[in-house]
Amino acid sequence: MSETATIAATAEPKNYLTNRHTIQSWLFTVDHKRIAILYLISLTVFFLLGGAAAALFRLDLMTPQADLLQSETYNKLFTMHGIVMIFFFLVPSIPAVMGNFLVPVMIGAKDVAFPRLNLLSWYVFMAGGLIALGAIISGGVDTGWTFYTPYSSMYANSHVILAVAGAFIAGFSSIMTALNFIVTIQKMRAPGLTWFRLPLFIWAMYATSLVVILGTPVVAITLVMIFIERFFQFGLFDPALGGDPVLFQHLFWFYSHPAVYIMILPSMGVISEIVSCFSRRRLYGYTFVAFSSLAIAVIGFFVWGHHMFVSSQSAYAGLIFSFLTFFVAIPTAIKILNWIMTMYKGSISFDTPMLYAYGFLGLFTIGGLTGLFLSTMATDIHLHDTYFVVAHFHYVMVGGGVMGFLGALHFWWPKMTGRMYPEGWAKFAAIVIFIGFNLTFFPQFQLGYHGMPRRYHTYAEEFQILHVMSTAGASVLGAGYLIMAAYLGWSLFKGKRASANPWDARGLEWETTSPPPTENFLSTPTVTQEAYAYDKPSVTHVPPEEKRV
Amino acid sequence: MKSVFNILPEQASTVASHVDAIYLFLIAISVVFTLLAAGLVIVFGVKFRRRPDGPAPEKPHEDSRLEMAAGAFLLVLLLVLFGWGAKVYFQNTRPPADAMEILVTGKQWMWKLQHPNGRREINTLHIPVGKPVQLTMTSEDVIHSFFIPAFRVKQDVLPGRYTRLWFQATKTGRYRLFCTEYCGTEHSMMGGWVNVMTAADYERWLSGEVAGAAQETPVQAGERLFTQLGCQTCHNAGSGALGPNLAGVFGHTVKLADGSEVIADEEYLRESILNPHAKLVAGFAPVMPVFKGIINEDQLLQLIAYIKSLSGASN
Ligand SMILES: [Cu+2]
Ligand SMILES: [Cu+2]
Repeated sequence: MSETATIAATAEPKNYLTNRHTIQSWLFTVDHKRIAILYLISLTVFFLLGGAAAALFRLDLMTPQADLLQSETYNKLFTMHGIVMIFFFLVPSIPAVMGNFLVPVMIGAKDVAFPRLNLLSWYVFMAGGLIALGAIISGGVDTGWTFYTPYSSMYANSHVILAVAGAFIAGFSSIMTALNFIVTIQKMRAPGLTWFRLPLFIWAMYATSLVVILGTPVVAITLVMIFIERFFQFGLFDPALGGDPVLFQHLFWFYSHPAVYIMILPSMGVISEIVSCFSRRRLYGYTFVAFSSLAIAVIGFFVWGHHMFVSSQSAYAGLIFSFLTFFVAIPTAIKILNWIMTMYKGSISFDTPMLYAYGFLGLFTIGGLTGLFLSTMATDIHLHDTYFVVAHFHYVMVGGGVMGFLGALHFWWPKMTGRMYPEGWAKFAAIVIFIGFNLTFFPQFQLGYHGMPRRYHTYAEEFQILHVMSTAGASVLGAGYLIMAAYLGWSLFKGKRASANPWDARGLEWETTSPPPTENFLSTPTVTQEAYAYDKPSVTHVPPEEKRV
Repeated sequence: MKSVFNILPEQASTVASHVDAIYLFLIAISVVFTLLAAGLVIVFGVKFRRRPDGPAPEKPHEDSRLEMAAGAFLLVLLLVLFGWGAKVYFQNTRPPADAMEILVTGKQWMWKLQHPNGRREINTLHIPVGKPVQLTMTSEDVIHSFFIPAFRVKQDVLPGRYTRLWFQATKTGRYRLFCTEYCGTEHSMMGGWVNVMTAADYERWLSGEVAGAAQETPVQAGERLFTQLGCQTCHNAGSGALGPNLAGVFGHTVKLADGSEVIADEEYLRESILNPHAKLVAGFAPVMPVFKGIINEDQLLQLIAYIKSLSGASN
């Protein structure tokens, strides 16, 4: 004990957080870990904004009439919720925060391949975000996050150009991050770290980066086309100007369906890490899981038309899109089987990250299954643009994407901050969030099949009871998030110091100190085993005097 | 109206029960798989929970045959779903030949409807029970979508194009009508009712109220427009006519000046009225005036109805 005390008093070991303290050392950092923290802070702000918008319109939906909000405000709020949550939270969430922090550490590199490009990506992201915020502050946008034409290009009287510019610019930051990851993973793996020794999180980041690089330019062009039609009155989408109103939907969904995988593949990577760590064994079917990420990324580019069964798209095109959509469900379903089989005969402990993995499995399974209702043509005709779709994609994107993000945050929080959070509170919040989420969104499936259209400010009175249930659930969900914010904030200052490997996990990131030094490892590690060698003792590169218990 | 806590909402069209059958099958699959997944993770979580002095688990005994078998099983199941869904979809999107045609124009934020005898209404659609009805729909501004939940039918309504939707009501009563494509500020107010009546009541309603004020059918209105706009000066059966004779044109192939061929459907007629020089018929000079901005969507629908009637097309 006395020995530890003297070390702490004389030489607090320098890590990436403590080595420099000035504001400039953060704003001009090229350390991938500090950039991850910059992203984490900015994304938290965006998440709060998007959540606040949802809270407001959810409250308004307690009654069928317009009481709290005017229709214009209501429309602007759901648009803001969608734009902020998708372009400024879900798409960057795991890659920009967890990926930035973990990719170099997990592969034993000192940084990403292009550290300055990495910093630039954050500035570009912030520029996009501030422009989008500008659109909101200067009066808002009311097109929905989908920007359907010709409404967005010719009819909307709101700040469409600013919002589109914000999303357009933010897209470049995704591309920069993705480019960085691909080169880093391809070129900078530590000696001995072969492809099939990589953590599945790295495979997921690689697949996601491919989708980002192939898809984002298309949505960027599409957003520019809205600008051209709106600003120069040059007919692209509005038939009154000689354009094609459905063309936009093709271009938009060509990106935005794969974007679902940009939001979900990283989560799947996280769940693979967590399930294997808290079951203490190699992930069942590693190779399958690794390649299925790539398969999903590729097939995901050929299913966009399932958003357009009622758009007047040819029925035969619809047939093909329906078929391919069913097809893409298979690797996803087998992945769920793999996670479950990993637990079989494992040694399972229920620390907070594992609770989020359980939450993910439950919610994402429901999200995936309800996707079948929408890929089946006959039922999609009825369900399209109803609350069923709203419920489905929240189960996928919150149940899948956000649960994965929160699982990752709790799993790697000790590594990132060097502090533990209070486990009891964290478990409690995880359970509250899970229950609150289901209470909010499950009634919406029922609303949808009974015909409640989405994006409705006022609605038929028979739907009220289900809306009230949904709003009540949302308040539970919101409470869960607030509890989490409180104990995570507390842990930053008062949390117990974290050891290098608090979960006794495998993988390079656990072999260095928590938090890691600026250069991640004091010397480049040599890898002799795969990332899931739970049958072998854990390896450490931490000098003995720095080991904390 | 059925309570929202019923699994199924009101079924009031011939297709509703087919769609609901698939829906119930999907619910059954979902319940089975959700319980299976939840059951397994709970059972494993309890059975294989970490014990302080328990042995370290072995590496999983992997067998790719499990993944193969699961994949094959899912493939069969999903093919069944795909086929069933597609079959019902195709049944439900092909209108019978004897369907009665009602014209629909959507605009921010109302639905304008016109019946075969010319009677117009807004945001309420009166239809006879047991008779197939086909809507020919277009929009004056942005994209809207025509949705009748009790019928399980929906179709987007586009500016500059015609889309079709058909249904046959099976029960008299009032059913909700919604716009389901976000179309601006009052999107949620763009709806109303479908009033399904007995055939006799519908006939009475059709000829009702505005009796006296002579009603034009869409075909008659189209014919009047045709004369008013002077179309027949060129479009006639005479040998020196400047424009093609329109009798028998609808639904047939037309040779264009550039050598290609098109089928003269509603879309083609619409384009040829608004912008005649885009697809010029072979053998004619580009002399027809452009009617874009001169006639509105309702008048266009009437003109097309008239041209269709010249081919004896059902209306
Ligand atoms: Cu999609
Ligand atoms: Cu609408």
